[in-house]
Amino acid sequence: MGQELILKMEKISKAFPGVQALSKVDLEVYKGEILALVGENGAGKSTLMKILTGVYTKDEGKIIFKGKEIEPKNPHHAQQLGISMIYQEFNLVPNLDIATNIFLGNEPKRGKFLKVFDIKKAFKESEKLLEMIGLNISPDILIKDLTIAQQQMVEIAKALALKSELIIMDEPTSALAGKEVAKLFEIMKRLKNEGISIIFITHRLEEVFQIADRIVVLRDGQRVGELTCEENKIDEVIKLMVGRDVRVSPRIESKVDNVILEVKNLSSHAIKNINFSLRKGEVLGIAGLVGSGRTEIVRALFGADPKISGEIYIDGQKVEIKSPKDAVQLGIGLVPEDRKLQGLILSMALHENLSLPSLPSMFSNGIINFKREYKLVEDFVNRLRIRTPHIFQVVNNLSGGNQQKVVVAKWLALKPKVLILDEPTRGIDVGAKAEIHNLISELAKEGIGIILISSELPEILALSDRIIIISKGKITGELRREEANQEKIMQYAII
Amino acid sequence: MRNRVSRRPLTQVFKFQRIQEIGILLILFILSLFLSIATPTFLTSTNIFNILRAFSWIAISAFGISMVIITGGIDLSVGSVMALSGLITAMMLRANLGDFLSILGGLLIGAFVGFINGLLVSKANLPPFVATLGTMSIARGFCYGLTGGWPVRELPRSFMFWGQYDIPILGIGIPLPVVVMIILGIVVSLFLNRTVWGYKIYAVGGNEQAARLSGINTGRIKLLVYTLCGLLTAVGGLLMTARLGVAAPTAASGYELDIIASAVIGGTSLTGGEGTILGVLIGAAIMQVLRTGMVLLGFPAYWQPSAIGAIIILAIMFDQYRKKKMGLLR
Amino acid sequence: MIKIKNAKVLRKGIYFRELNILLALIILSFGITIINPRFLSSFNLQIIARQVAIFGLLAIGETLVIIGGGIDLSVGSLVALTGVLVALFMKNGLSITISILIVLLISSLVGLWHGLFVTKLKVPPFIITLGTLTAARGLASVITKGWPIIGLPERFFFIGQGDIFGIPFPLIILILFAFIAFFITKYTVLGRQLYATGGNIEAARLSGIDVDKRRIFTYVSSSFLAGITGIIIASRLSQGQAGVGGGYELSAIAAAVIGGTSLSGGEGTILGTLIGAAIMSVIYNGLILLEISSYWHDVVMGLVIVTAVTLDIWRKRKRI
Repeated sequence: MGQELILKMEKISKAFPGVQALSKVDLEVYKGEILALVGENGAGKSTLMKILTGVYTKDEGKIIFKGKEIEPKNPHHAQQLGISMIYQEFNLVPNLDIATNIFLGNEPKRGKFLKVFDIKKAFKESEKLLEMIGLNISPDILIKDLTIAQQQMVEIAKALALKSELIIMDEPTSALAGKEVAKLFEIMKRLKNEGISIIFITHRLEEVFQIADRIVVLRDGQRVGELTCEENKIDEVIKLMVGRDVRVSPRIESKVDNVILEVKNLSSHAIKNINFSLRKGEVLGIAGLVGSGRTEIVRALFGADPKISGEIYIDGQKVEIKSPKDAVQLGIGLVPEDRKLQGLILSMALHENLSLPSLPSMFSNGIINFKREYKLVEDFVNRLRIRTPHIFQVVNNLSGGNQQKVVVAKWLALKPKVLILDEPTRGIDVGAKAEIHNLISELAKEGIGIILISSELPEILALSDRIIIISKGKITGELRREEANQEKIMQYAII
Repeated sequence: MRNRVSRRPLTQVFKFQRIQEIGILLILFILSLFLSIATPTFLTSTNIFNILRAFSWIAISAFGISMVIITGGIDLSVGSVMALSGLITAMMLRANLGDFLSILGGLLIGAFVGFINGLLVSKANLPPFVATLGTMSIARGFCYGLTGGWPVRELPRSFMFWGQYDIPILGIGIPLPVVVMIILGIVVSLFLNRTVWGYKIYAVGGNEQAARLSGINTGRIKLLVYTLCGLLTAVGGLLMTARLGVAAPTAASGYELDIIASAVIGGTSLTGGEGTILGVLIGAAIMQVLRTGMVLLGFPAYWQPSAIGAIIILAIMFDQYRKKKMGLLR
Repeated sequence: MIKIKNAKVLRKGIYFRELNILLALIILSFGITIINPRFLSSFNLQIIARQVAIFGLLAIGETLVIIGGGIDLSVGSLVALTGVLVALFMKNGLSITISILIVLLISSLVGLWHGLFVTKLKVPPFIITLGTLTAARGLASVITKGWPIIGLPERFFFIGQGDIFGIPFPLIILILFAFIAFFITKYTVLGRQLYATGGNIEAARLSGIDVDKRRIFTYVSSSFLAGITGIIIASRLSQGQAGVGGGYELSAIAAAVIGGTSLSGGEGTILGTLIGAAIMSVIYNGLILLEISSYWHDVVMGLVIVTAVTLDIWRKRKRI
């Protein structure tokens, strides 16, 4: 592009215990450019951005911003330097109004000692900023009354109020519907014309080619390639991201048997009239954008969220699932989406986590026989190749991949009929990912019915026998293995 | 998209979530109406002023605790701090240190205990209820230890003036503590709604992570609110001592419940981020009307704590229900 | 391959922390003995043993609640209420056994009340139990009208004052309940589920644990043990008094925290709590032996709890 360089990151490295998250990564951003940063989960995108915004400190390397070397100490420091980041989970205070949020930590003040908050000025400035990004609402509305898309706009306005020259957007489109995405892109273009640079992190490659000027691909903590968008080669980007042509080895076919689970008219606060069935040995994929209601379907099924309506049949028998306890007793396991918050008790040892759901059925008199417990745990540690010095290791000290295997193992120990996996490979390294994929194939072969939720379409495509697609809490499409591909899924997902 | 959003006129924006306050004001009104009909003594000016005087010190302390609760914390030491600050002032008065110094001493001790609470919560990262439970015990222990268990009596007239004088306004004698309460209510309200610190207090309770990422020193804000809570509680303690004319080591025990109740009934959410001074004031009034009402109706005094407990729980349940309805809780 | 072989060795490591606090207990006792040798007299040791029984029983209940992720501020007042009630029932002609059973039932119901509010109505535990703290003390005063209830049957006094082979009877009660609690926390499914509930309530719920029931169990246990303690104290004092047990909730929490129970839930052992209760009793006893006015005891107890919790939090921060 031959423009003025605004940011140059040189040979950035960062190690976490057990993982080299980044090794000698270079990144440069020009003024008024939209740079797409892509890569698989765990490729190092967010670590790199967290170093840039001062959340982490780098082990080595240099950051040059506007010609000067900088060392951001924390996000606030980075903001003062002119670098803002818009996170996936919004950082707004829900019960304050838009104007106050925009100027939080950066308040216009009157008076020396008393520091009176200059409301009029904050409002006037906010109105200007909101108009600039095309959001025509009054700045006195509370954040909690806004839609997700509007909240995101407020985040952008906040970045502008800080006079940011570089804005990082982490998966900004993941929670947006089609129209809202178009609007966001419009704003991004407007910002670009104002001379503001944007680093755009996303999983949706189609979007990258719509909006970005340049693409940088990271893989396993290294920069593996750079393309300009005119080339428009999605396949090439995918190849760079994955490092091989096919990402997930297609699974071994299993014999799909009769129906074990049937869901009729399931509704909860976030989903409406969901119907589907699952057969023995079948892998049913559930696809949809983040926030579409994928997770809420399985939570309602599992009894984790209250149902508004719906009937569930297991082996043709109607069953009542009012709490996760009921689900577990009926032989349903759930590997939840957030491993650390929902899957594990981090303060407990591996063996205690692994045996937790099985204890009541294993020891019906209520007294634990440690020998039997340890034997069970050992069997699964060996079978799933969980890497740990001993079974008494506190799970918090295991790597992400091994933690996830513990969560899967704790359900396998229960010998479930149905296993639900919600984003089972999120944030774990490539090797562990492949092991989990193989495990899913194996389990299906053994006759377990599997429901798989994943944001990574190739994963869903390679593993599922059948895919249902969710949008706005409803099923919008169903595809058989043979007819499914990324484009078709996306079409249903954005309805 | 746009028309889904409820527009609020500019005047209503700043925490004066009027609808809620009108609701509790209505409850206060109905309660008073009921008591006026049910008992002949309720609607006499003596009774009304007794109520006002009695709830003023609770309300002043509740202003402080509501700031603490807005940041997502709690202060269980307020009852003990009230007693201790009153006692320190009384002892200094008896040592002939003069009104000014003695009052200053009492206020400073309150602010100091609050400051220690703030340090324990923000720097040592103690759960607020444990830290303040500890200081509750320590402050109460000092009350006993310093006095050997005996109340301090015979305070100078010039000090008791603060609790007992009525200011004639428009021919009616308004008790001085009530005037102090109103002035402090306005000051604290302005502080919360008009200054940068006030916004930071709401922000810390609403989303601490976001506040920190915006560069707010959340530890310092917590230190500030606990200190202010201690200071305001000390003001309440001094007015109470001046009114009663005696500083007993057992004074104000159990008041923490009343004070927390006032804040919660007034719409301060125990999960943080929400609450207004006007609401707290009405909340404190409801508490006192209930208390007086129970006495007038011949309700046994010892059952009052249970009644107060029930009221707090109702208020919390209402708060939870409201949140659920707004979709903040799942 | 992972082997169990080294399991025993590894399990032993867990007792290490208990050893540390045991050491603290010994040093503390040693220090007090130097200042006042009467500390080690058999008379004084008996007094300490009875005190340990009281703090220990309350602290065991508190430990269970805290492991489950809650807190119980009501135990001190509940001790007073149950003591007064048991005296009242006996005074009114009920037999000793019946009186005790009714009181234990009432105290368990108080625990159920706490548990239901915490789990079903989502009232913060410190608020609902703070309510009981005030209400139970008030009720005890209503019943006694400020005067102790005296003239109880002689046989009742054995519970608090008697001994078997020189071992004070309250200590035997403590050992019994400590053993039960130890067994539950260490060897049963219920115990494991308690730790899980306190460690991460959402993960525990999604693992099929009925977390509400588990938490209600802890509150009932705590109140039940407060009832036992109230009966012991009434027996020891030969009367029902509304003023006893003030601030005991602090001592119980402090004993648990000193013994390694983490206030954030999911961690703690009964053995540690027992040592913690011993330390609290020795401090209490030391204050008396060192002739420090009882008016200052609240200050010391407040300082002990704040220090214990601060140390616990620093220890954790270091570990991370």
